[in-house]
Amino acid sequence: MKFTIKVWRQNGPKDKGRFETYPLDGIDDDMSFLEMIDVLNQNLLTEKKDPVTFDHDCREGICGMCSMYINGTPHGPEKATTTCQLHMRSFKDGDTITIEPWRAKAFPVIKDLMVDRSAFDRIIQAGGYISINTGNAIDANAIPIEKDLSNEAMNAAVCIGCGACVASCKNSSAMLFLSAKVSHLNLLPQGKAEAKRRVNSMMKAHDSEGFGACTNTGACHAVCPKEISLTNIARLNREYIGASLTSEKE
Amino acid sequence: MNWITEFFTSTIGKKVIMSLTGLFLCLFLLIHLVGNLQLLLNDGGAAFNAYSEMMSKNPFIKAVSFILYFSILLHTVRGILLWQQNRAARGGVGYAVKKANDASFASRNMALLGSLMFIFIAIHMAQFWYQFKFGDVASGSIAPYDKIATAFEVPWIAILYVVAQIAIAFHLWHGFQSAFQTLGLNHSKYTPMVKGLGYVFSILVPLGFAIIPLKFLLG
Ligand code: HEM
Ligand code: SF4
Ligand code: FES
Repeated sequence: MKFTIKVWRQNGPKDKGRFETYPLDGIDDDMSFLEMIDVLNQNLLTEKKDPVTFDHDCREGICGMCSMYINGTPHGPEKATTTCQLHMRSFKDGDTITIEPWRAKAFPVIKDLMVDRSAFDRIIQAGGYISINTGNAIDANAIPIEKDLSNEAMNAAVCIGCGACVASCKNSSAMLFLSAKVSHLNLLPQGKAEAKRRVNSMMKAHDSEGFGACTNTGACHAVCPKEISLTNIARLNREYIGASLTSEKE
Repeated sequence: MNWITEFFTSTIGKKVIMSLTGLFLCLFLLIHLVGNLQLLLNDGGAAFNAYSEMMSKNPFIKAVSFILYFSILLHTVRGILLWQQNRAARGGVGYAVKKANDASFASRNMALLGSLMFIFIAIHMAQFWYQFKFGDVASGSIAPYDKIATAFEVPWIAILYVVAQIAIAFHLWHGFQSAFQTLGLNHSKYTPMVKGLGYVFSILVPLGFAIIPLKFLLG
């Protein structure tokens, strides 16, 4: 397959950046999108040019690193698919493919397609964990959890922190991510003990990182590779309003 | 920071203000419409004039009207500041290619639609509210019904009122259900009903308002 690759090149956080266009030939339709960029970079290296910097790690759809905007959609045209799990057969021979980094104030570009998503880490550090020392793992069935509830929690827990929700949101709001992390813990008995403290401090971290407010457009859910549901955002709102009203004064 | 200010300055707290004032304005619109539909009666304005007289004298209505003015201003100012904050969060660089996704036209343009509505509300208040309170209606030189009837015989005024209803319809198409989501009022049984009610509300209420100027223009 043959493509014209139009990709964002930016030397560093301070550089203004620009698009470069590269013709690319000899792509197999079974290659993943990242393998296609590997081929492009191989070509650039043989031409003694700087290869395109992009984030990737697991290449199996579970780490959330492979963040890039492909032809106007985060992670490209396939629904519920990360960039690393996207294959070149999803494109037509001869297509021009435009690749851009996530755009949000809280995700500054480091180089080319690589952005700094450590704002998400700081939100997790604010309360996305359970602060008890468990010692040995306890028996899996020692705490009974209703099946519907555990499904809800697990459907939220599959969020891989990729940031596509922020990238597609016209407000650069991280509510879908935040709501997934809060729901996953606050729904389960192990997380309930610290539920109010958690939602208060994670919310504060979300705001201080400079993410916007949710206006319920639903763009995030449409592009989320893990199809995190908008009901999580309603739950987050409910938990936060409740926690603000009823938590003890600090 | 005090916990109350902390709540209302958080992104969720700001949205809670939008949703509470927005829902209060929805309730007002419904009551306003029911009262105004008396303009459609073929009684030469007797019912509407009596209603207008009652509304201007009732102390309860007076008190509520101040809550209403406050809500409109709060909703508008908070909405525009929120729009500004959200735009700043994008960081100024857009995408060269952007594909449409699930976000509806109304949901993407709430601040624009709201601003159009605010301009309309200002014109509407200058034209009727001010005249009813301090102008020629207040001084008794023209009856409320006749004031409205003569205004809507002017085609561009009647058309302006009809066009404004379109902005209101779009704003509420998204806003009604969005307010419930913002308050965390989501449930697999009731959310579909809330959404359905919102869609019906966002069409029927502006339609009801649009009929009034059209009646005077065409009738
Ligand atoms: C006066 C000018 C107005 C402006 C500038 C304005 C602006 C806005 C903005 C920016 C939002 C937030 C966007 C969003 O949540 O998606 C909003 C939400 C809303 N507005 Fe307005 N609006 C105005 C008038 C009205 C009126 C007259 C009504 C009611 C009849 C109304 C009802 C609502 C509702 C129900 C929401 C949803 C709140 C939520 O999502 O939490 N607005 N408005
Ligand atoms: S909610 Fe979805 S889009 Fe957002 S970070 Fe998690 S997996 Fe990615
Ligand atoms: S590289 Fe890990 S999800 Fe794509």
